[in-house]
Amino acid sequence: MPVKAIKPGYHGEFRDRVENFRGQQLLNICWEKHTMFGWPMCIPVPPEMPFGALLEQVLPGIYGAHPDFARIKWNEVQWSSAKGPFTPDPSKSMVEHGFKHKTQIRFRTPGLDGHNGAG
Amino acid sequence: MAADGDLKPIKKLSLKENYALLTRGLGWEPTYEKKEEIFRTIDFEGIKIHDWEKWEDPFRLTMDAYWKYQGEKERKLYAIIDAFQQNNGQFNVTDARYVQALKLFLNGIVGLEYASHRGFNILGREFPGVGPRIAAQMQAIDELRHATTQIHAISHYNRFFEGMADFPHQFDRVWYLSIPKSFFEDAVSSGPFEFIVAISFAFEYVLTNLAFMPWMSGAAFNGDMSTVSFGFSAQSDEARHMTLGIEVIKFLLEQDPDNVPLVQKWIDKWFWRGYRLLALLATMMDYMLPKRVMSWSEAWTIYYEENGGALFADLARYGIRPPKYADVTIKEKQRVSHEMWSIFYSVRNAVGFPVWLPSAEEMDWFSEKYPDTFDRYYRPRFEHWRELEEKGTPFTNMTLPQLCQVCQWPCIYTEPDDPTEFVHRETEYQGETFHFCSDGCKDIFCNEPEKYVHAWLPVHQIYQGNCFPEGADPTAPDFNPLVAALQYMGIKPGVDGGLMSQHVDASRWEQWTSRPANLHEGAITQAVRKTT
Repeated sequence: MPVKAIKPGYHGEFRDRVENFRGQQLLNICWEKHTMFGWPMCIPVPPEMPFGALLEQVLPGIYGAHPDFARIKWNEVQWSSAKGPFTPDPSKSMVEHGFKHKTQIRFRTPGLDGHNGAG
Repeated sequence: MAADGDLKPIKKLSLKENYALLTRGLGWEPTYEKKEEIFRTIDFEGIKIHDWEKWEDPFRLTMDAYWKYQGEKERKLYAIIDAFQQNNGQFNVTDARYVQALKLFLNGIVGLEYASHRGFNILGREFPGVGPRIAAQMQAIDELRHATTQIHAISHYNRFFEGMADFPHQFDRVWYLSIPKSFFEDAVSSGPFEFIVAISFAFEYVLTNLAFMPWMSGAAFNGDMSTVSFGFSAQSDEARHMTLGIEVIKFLLEQDPDNVPLVQKWIDKWFWRGYRLLALLATMMDYMLPKRVMSWSEAWTIYYEENGGALFADLARYGIRPPKYADVTIKEKQRVSHEMWSIFYSVRNAVGFPVWLPSAEEMDWFSEKYPDTFDRYYRPRFEHWRELEEKGTPFTNMTLPQLCQVCQWPCIYTEPDDPTEFVHRETEYQGETFHFCSDGCKDIFCNEPEKYVHAWLPVHQIYQGNCFPEGADPTAPDFNPLVAALQYMGIKPGVDGGLMSQHVDASRWEQWTSRPANLHEGAITQAVRKTT
């Protein structure tokens, strides 16, 4: 059902279109079960950044403080997005993985379900 | 007339006659302007009103009675505030943590009173019926009075504590204060009928008892006479506003059956938006009051499930059902304050008040009040964080959150049936992805995507480079965008946020009062041991 407005045809501008991010795009990342971090993270990334850089350079800075992080076996991690599970390729870029601006990706680390069950 | 010493004045008007003159006698039918030109926003929402005369103001308040009551309340309130100031009442509150709750109130809530004042002024202009117009105008004055009395009452604290000096600036710019701000801006930018259902009914009638009852008794319990006084002074207005809320609903539903689905949609939307806003209050009640009155879970049980349940049972005869997703609020009541305090703690360097971990005594209280969740999910987290604090490496989250496009909270919430799984809800609209904290917020977006695509989301604005102070140079080699964003928001690192045990409010409190800043944790300075 469309919005009812005083003026017919009203439409707000898209305030967060990708052109506004000066060459970067937003990526949302969620480590499932790890609620201690409080929220899925939102970061700007270059669209051509390889997935390997995300794993090696970005994720440790975000999640490294968690006792589970050092124990992650990266080859066993289950990745997914709203479209379903996917298998990342470290050499391929964000765009090559089909990640659009504001895509959310999630990873699950079975067996590592939060410190003492508390996220 | 002969001066015979027997002059009889005309009989004084009864209250009923006085009210009739004010609300009917002042109205007129326009002749040289078309009615639809004068009341231009009254039709587009689709609400049908056949007879504005059917409006019954339950209070029938007249101007002279209004000024008299309000004037008396003001005199009383300012006498108490005066006495509070002269007696250094700010040092009689339980401990310095209580003051942090006042900061959240001043920076986050007072601006809502003012926004509400604006909204009701608009209704006072837009409604064709004189009765509701007068009621809206009086409420506009009330809301302005609430904002000013709250500012005056809390201004005294500003002389002694950090973080209160620039509350309008913070309200407009601080990342988490976009949550209350956007709530009212959404309401004000709706049509007049949606606004009054949103604010008078869904917010005032269904939800604000939660703010005024437990919160004000919390202030009394923690020794804050000043806040209690403005609370009580406002409460008698709130009673009138609530009655207006129920009258509005009944009036709209009785005017035309076509109004029922519109009103139901607004009740669903604004109940959910109001509930999400109140999560701030849940946190204040459970974590920021050193002496607790009741838990958020208990308050929600009494004020929503029991009182709200009776209300919606009564409205069933109009074809109105309880708000959609009310069941989710009941599932969330066992965890929402814990989830929220956890995020304030872990991002404490980017908030406008210092935070602390709950003490052993407080955790025991949580175990008792939250038997199904606290020991299982949150106690181990806080114990882990305490160990880290003692090692000197407190847990910190430095990454900005994914925000909900509608309520603007970070997506902190967990699945209604599983507190260990984050909620993931998204939709694609015209090729762009939008994220939500809940099904409630997703529904609101999908009903009116045209409106919410231009929400001003603080995280995205920071990343776009729109939240830097004037004169900042993003190309400078040492430029740090997050530090610049905090400056823009008016949050001073090292002064406003951080750990309570290291905060200047805490050390000053101990110097001035010789009492611990946190009554459960013992003194942090030598000042408490002083004997003079």
